[in-house]
Amino acid sequence: MKDIRFTIISNKKIADKTYKMVLGCEDNGHGVINPGQFVNIRLDGFYLRRPISVCDWNEETLTIIYKTVGRGTEYMSGLKEGEKLDILTPLGNGYDTAKCGQNPILIGGGAGVPPMYGLCKELKKEGKNPTVVLGFNSEKEVFYIDEFKALGADVKIATADGSVGIKGFVTDALKELSGYDHICACGPEPMLKAIDNTADENIEGHFSFEERMGCGFGACMGCSCETKYGNKRICKDGPVLERSEIIW
Amino acid sequence: MVKDLRTKVELCGIEMDNPVMAASGTFGYGYEYAELFEINVLGSFSFKGTTLEPRFGNPTPRIAECNEGLINSIGLQNPGVEKVIEEELPKLANCLHKKVMANIGGFSIEEYAEVSRRLDGCDQIGWLEINVSCPNVHDGGIAFGTDPEAAASVVRAVKEVATKPVIVKLSPNVTDIVAIAKACEKAGADGIALINTMLGMRIDLKTKKPVIANKMGGFSGPAIFPVAVRMVYQVYEAVDIPVIGIGGISKAEDVIEMMLAGATAVQVGAANLVDPYVCKKIVEDLPRVMDKYGITNLEEIIGGAH
Repeated sequence: MKDIRFTIISNKKIADKTYKMVLGCEDNGHGVINPGQFVNIRLDGFYLRRPISVCDWNEETLTIIYKTVGRGTEYMSGLKEGEKLDILTPLGNGYDTAKCGQNPILIGGGAGVPPMYGLCKELKKEGKNPTVVLGFNSEKEVFYIDEFKALGADVKIATADGSVGIKGFVTDALKELSGYDHICACGPEPMLKAIDNTADENIEGHFSFEERMGCGFGACMGCSCETKYGNKRICKDGPVLERSEIIW
Repeated sequence: MVKDLRTKVELCGIEMDNPVMAASGTFGYGYEYAELFEINVLGSFSFKGTTLEPRFGNPTPRIAECNEGLINSIGLQNPGVEKVIEEELPKLANCLHKKVMANIGGFSIEEYAEVSRRLDGCDQIGWLEINVSCPNVHDGGIAFGTDPEAAASVVRAVKEVATKPVIVKLSPNVTDIVAIAKACEKAGADGIALINTMLGMRIDLKTKKPVIANKMGGFSGPAIFPVAVRMVYQVYEAVDIPVIGIGGISKAEDVIEMMLAGATAVQVGAANLVDPYVCKKIVEDLPRVMDKYGITNLEEIIGGAH
């Protein structure tokens, strides 16, 4: 983990309450190596940093996609290109693509969609065949479908109101799929639990969790959870947990 | 590592390179911060509050943001004293080459005494900091820190088994902190650390319920600094044992202000969580701030505001 000054290269609205920010790294490198890792962003006027998952990265830039869910992210949405941000990076374990099978299903719901993009990109690079299932509330919240398709992935969409793709939840799309050998998921906990209930119980998976964090780097024990392998910190030992260790 | 002799202080007979410590619960058992910077630049730190048995702590959410601070309700999550001695302290010994402060939690007088007895036998521990002020556990912690006689009975029990200096960490959630500090001193305490967090609450306007699962939690951060300075000032005046100033410290100027109020050493808490390098920055900045205010020796300014 390093504390790095980034420069905002762009910060644009891409869907309802959803923004994409590209950050340029001035020194040292951002250190992100696994999809599903996150960064912790300091914002003027807010005491705690804002943890945001990484969507995509290359040597010089990081791309994050965030939803405006409170005052902090609303403030972020108003930041202009050229402004600087103090960011702790990289944080969390992320997905180990070597453990994600040959034909995995990647499921992202709402703010859980962005890390699936980085994961899909890495898996494709490794010659694997991910199927992507994305869930949104309605059409106005849908984003990144074309970007996923451009990676060459098979993409299924579910919206709660049926305005795009299947009417229903990601689990309704999941029920129609077969032949997969792994499940990776990121989204709200009720969604993750529903996926666990729906997916073939013999298939291993990796689920990424959200929790309110204090520090984001393992010091405060603010985001602890109990697993079958003992207590874990979502920020440091997670946010990605193995399906078999999760206590629902 | 260059040592600046002007920042040296002595805390209960143990010399420290500087008065800056990290506060318990914000620095783990130290070794994870050692991956970020050379933690020997610190005066020392107080490790995560340790109890007799392992504890998972409270349900999540445990954290709520506030203006200039945060509320936490961790609930003394720790691996228990046995694992701390067998696993955590050996890892710390690889990276900290000075005495560490042991923070001890408990739910009964007997538990405080037993954990103290076991940790007292560890060479790398310099001081025992007795936490009678955790607001996040029931039937323990703060229950002992809100009554002078109860606090004194914990001190007496720990002093009976301890050979190392015993420091009592006090709660600000009391009517008269001076009475409690005096009772602890009379019972044999070697030092007083204050303040622990202030009991607080945030309510989420969307759910219309408390943000923290346990409803209430401990409020810390720069917002409580003036309360801490006031209480350190009051306690310094009332006792003859050293005082450790804690509460909202986030820069070198705060260290000096706290020492002027009467602190021999200080602990930095919440600030570590937003800037993991803050303790190092404070230590490095101290000589510059001393020069700015014409301070030639830190020990000479302790209690200078009185």
